[in-house]
Amino acid sequence: MATVTETKGWTRNDMAARAARELRDGYYVNLGIGIPTLVANNIPPGMTVTLQSENGMLGIGPFPYEDEVDPDLINAGKQTISELPQSSYFDSAQSFAMIRGGHIDLAVLGGMEVSEKGDLANWMVPGKMIKGMGGAMDLVAGVKKIIVVMEHVSKDGSAKFIPECTLPLTGKNVVDMIITDLAVFQRPDHSSPFKLIELAPGVTREELRAKTTAQYVE
Amino acid sequence: MQKIYANAESAVEGLLFDGMTIAAGGFGLCGIPERLIDAIQASGVKGLIIASNNAGIDNEGLGKLLRTRQVKRMISSYVGENKEFERQFLAGELEVEFTPQGTLAERMRAGGAGIPGFYTKTGVGTQVAEGKEHKEFDGETYVLERGIVADLSVIKGWKADETGNLMFRKTARNFNLPAATCGKVCIAEVEEIVPVGSLDPDCIHLPSIYVNRLILGAPYEKKIEFKTVREREAA
Repeated sequence: MATVTETKGWTRNDMAARAARELRDGYYVNLGIGIPTLVANNIPPGMTVTLQSENGMLGIGPFPYEDEVDPDLINAGKQTISELPQSSYFDSAQSFAMIRGGHIDLAVLGGMEVSEKGDLANWMVPGKMIKGMGGAMDLVAGVKKIIVVMEHVSKDGSAKFIPECTLPLTGKNVVDMIITDLAVFQRPDHSSPFKLIELAPGVTREELRAKTTAQYVE
Repeated sequence: MQKIYANAESAVEGLLFDGMTIAAGGFGLCGIPERLIDAIQASGVKGLIIASNNAGIDNEGLGKLLRTRQVKRMISSYVGENKEFERQFLAGELEVEFTPQGTLAERMRAGGAGIPGFYTKTGVGTQVAEGKEHKEFDGETYVLERGIVADLSVIKGWKADETGNLMFRKTARNFNLPAATCGKVCIAEVEEIVPVGSLDPDCIHLPSIYVNRLILGAPYEKKIEFKTVREREAA
């Protein structure tokens, strides 16, 4: 039997690139840890996008060269970074004033579960070690548009886009767009249902239905 | 009035007592008041309630006070990367009040600004808001969060003048500024103390009124949690 090379679904970087298509010139953006961080590598050339780090910086630069590493210059994931000519620094209260106050245009976050009503769970699994929510609850409460990027199903194959979250919530009715390795869902406002707007290569509507327990519009 | 103390041990003298609340600056290991944490550890004070975004890592930062069991409760947003913390927490030896990062920063800012409570959207509909007062403003639901007033604030700055006017450096500012304002007494440790007049008054991040005691903490060996670099392009 011939081995067929399966080119189905999106890779982690494809998902980040898809999220990057939601960027607009002049946007101020906060990127979560994991796949969302990869969005920074996919900003279209010529577009000005300013990245915010919630520990107190606007204008995140690339990772530093070895001889530029500075312990006083890190991102929210505690990785060393560099500054740009247009960067600015501020304290944590100011940082979250701009987040909570609706001044950030877009946040791209990871997710464990998203409900069909736009609830997000991504900070805690009861019974396991709880590390804390960090800035995620503030981001989903205050940022104008929230994109969740996650694998479509969990490691054991169970659906992650579901009718009701089973895990403790990060925010209620906060998600605007979901990008998985299989599809993209979007809703125009927080009282509308999610609509399937894109399928990843090789993914059928039937397969997506089978792997999703949430209600969505096709 | 002399604000400069010879070292961290003398700076904390007369300020520590069992069961007290301490607000500490820092984010991860960036901008943590390590000399003052050492002095608090050495004093043996216990039953501490500590408001700090993180809890240090094993044997670094506030992780030192956890190791010696001097902490009763942490008010924090993120406590990963700390095995001893995990052990004590799971064993029920340590209480944790998980607080969203922005809510924690604002609780400190508010406490320092004489605001006992404030309403925020953050956490509404989650377990963080359970049991707290809710109120509707312009059709949106908000939850009441309390300001924090600590018995003592410990912070790390970059440069200060002899009166305590202080500047931070890059992302080491983080929680140091709001933490400084919410303590009944604030001790700052800095990398350099400069003569009055050598800092531009327009560039002071923390005015001297918030700094009660000051020490020179240098020399520092600053720690990095995750060193990430890029390769230099070939010439």
